[in-house]
Amino acid sequence: MAAQTLFEKIWNDHVVRAEPDGTTLLYIDRHLVHEVTSPQAFEGLAVAGRTPRRPGAALAVPDHNVPTTDRRVAIADPISAKQIQTLDDNCKTFGITMFGMNDIRQGVVHVIGPEQGFTLPGMTIVCGDSHTSTHGAFGALAFGIGTSEVEHVLATQCLVQKRPKTMEVRVDGQLSPRCSAKDVILAIIGKIGTAGGTGYVIEYTGSAIRALSMEGRMTLCNMSIEGGARAGMVAPDDTTFAYIEGRPMAPKGALWDQAVTAWRQLATDPGAKYDAVVELRAETIAPQVTWGTSPGMVTGVDGNVPDPRTMGDDKLRQATERALEYMALLPGMPIRDIKIDKVFIGSCTNSRIEDLRLAASFAKGKKVASTVHAMVVPGSGLVKQQAEQEGLDRIFKESGFEWREAGCSMCLAMNADVLQPGERCASTSNRNFEGRQGAGGRTHLVSPAMAVAAAVEGHFVDIRHWS
Amino acid sequence: MDAFTTITGLVAPLDRLNVDTDQIIPKQFLKTIKRTGLREGLFYDWRRRKDGSQDPAFFLNQPRYQKATILLARDNFGCGSSREHAPWALLDQGFRCVLAPSFADIFYNNCFQNGILPVVLTGPEIQALFEGVTAREGYQLTVDLAAQQVTMPDGASYHFEIDPFRKDCLYRGLDAIGLTLQHAGRITEYEQRRRTQAPWLFQDVR
Repeated sequence: MAAQTLFEKIWNDHVVRAEPDGTTLLYIDRHLVHEVTSPQAFEGLAVAGRTPRRPGAALAVPDHNVPTTDRRVAIADPISAKQIQTLDDNCKTFGITMFGMNDIRQGVVHVIGPEQGFTLPGMTIVCGDSHTSTHGAFGALAFGIGTSEVEHVLATQCLVQKRPKTMEVRVDGQLSPRCSAKDVILAIIGKIGTAGGTGYVIEYTGSAIRALSMEGRMTLCNMSIEGGARAGMVAPDDTTFAYIEGRPMAPKGALWDQAVTAWRQLATDPGAKYDAVVELRAETIAPQVTWGTSPGMVTGVDGNVPDPRTMGDDKLRQATERALEYMALLPGMPIRDIKIDKVFIGSCTNSRIEDLRLAASFAKGKKVASTVHAMVVPGSGLVKQQAEQEGLDRIFKESGFEWREAGCSMCLAMNADVLQPGERCASTSNRNFEGRQGAGGRTHLVSPAMAVAAAVEGHFVDIRHWS
Repeated sequence: MDAFTTITGLVAPLDRLNVDTDQIIPKQFLKTIKRTGLREGLFYDWRRRKDGSQDPAFFLNQPRYQKATILLARDNFGCGSSREHAPWALLDQGFRCVLAPSFADIFYNNCFQNGILPVVLTGPEIQALFEGVTAREGYQLTVDLAAQQVTMPDGASYHFEIDPFRKDCLYRGLDAIGLTLQHAGRITEYEQRRRTQAPWLFQDVR
């Protein structure tokens, strides 16, 4: 058989039926469900008199709307409360397992899947959420879908798909000290653009990727969609298997051995071809900071805000001018001179235990600047528990960070955690769109280490040289 | 889902790159459990000035574009979140067709699920349409799905490409789930075969 990529192997394993024109009925192994994009799908099932084909293949959790404050009191927003109640009702009606708001296992949908061993190599995984690409870190084909497709998967356990193209993004070399997966993915998006990956599935390869932990690989794959790619993947290896082994939903005993044997076959064969290849050197990647209103508007912390007047392309110049106006930044100003009001450490990009350990290691013995309000929102109840066992919560609180309950929180500000108009935030999340963290709010995407340093200093600093 | 055959309608121009779904419909409107009534949230932040009043400079607040059924857009339209509320809101406003040089994948796919036709034209073709629509009020286009053609007021037309399966489903307004369920036997066969190869994939979530 011809040499195949990781993507091709998983795709071929899941073809139920293929038309001559390439239209494929693709089998879906796992389905994550949350409160925002599912109510209309369940309603559609009920109206058509359909039932889920495999309720045991789905896992539901409320995350987007949940408060990150005391959960013993009722949710203040009645509309949020109703949406969460609707998920609860639907899961009971249709027989789907749900981790409720007060379950210790509750958390951001893309944190809890891997944490539970629900996410496994070689799977097809979908969710009504664009950051489903996160799960590709395990060597799974995972992508976001709309609500109509959520209903489609519930009813049929399949999706109708056209095979995407493949892109290899190869990062070789060694990252600078204190640079992280977040800096790598922001640098990649800066290079390929926010539509560079449209129509592609990305496979991340190279020595710098292999050296990443599972948490780092999740951060990397998570933001594939910000580069336009619906899915990003990393081939599974011993790092992957060590992370999965023993998790509650992972296979056990003889089944584990059988699974690992199969997973070792998934890596891209030598000589397999991709439709496109992009290469970066790890050493060249500085800590990244976005300055605009699209994740591709990014530069190194040692750089400057660009000057639109130097841009030849009219559309690009207008978009840059508009972004700088929204962000209230001057052309040419050093990134390090940008002062911030808020810091958000959390989201499906950077809220896992490793992110919090790293953030705490920089926060230890330091104080959040008096002009800054900073918060840490763990990715799940279990991440929070683990962090508290390690004493990380005390470090954060002593430094002046708020320590919250798990959820999506200020990444998209659907709950009460919202930027006020004009406020500027250093955020470990994934989108700096206009109004994303609150109408009129200004977002700069950074790594957890960079966020902590910005919280302490009140402006961006180069984490490589920060004492 | 409503079928899409041919429409002739007013065109509204949105001259911005990388319009993301957070702009098309901001988060506060995602708390609904219904598909309808989302028009109020369409481009909510862009429609308003800082004091909350309607911004007359925004295209959808101008009388000439009120009844538009075709949206003219720039590159990478619909990027970001997978929220299907974006096409629901466009549909609720009356849009049945979006023309752009490129679309983000998930949004593009979500359009077809809702009877909206996303048409990809070349950059120069889109530019010519922007010039046409801003030059005179009442500018209309005819979009013919069967012929894969966008026809301008002077009778000239642009051809566009579309996947044959998607075209057929949209043209006939087919129920996508119903189509897949016609292959229920094949799905069962697949599951039986796969269960013997990779039994760990069939452990129920508990």
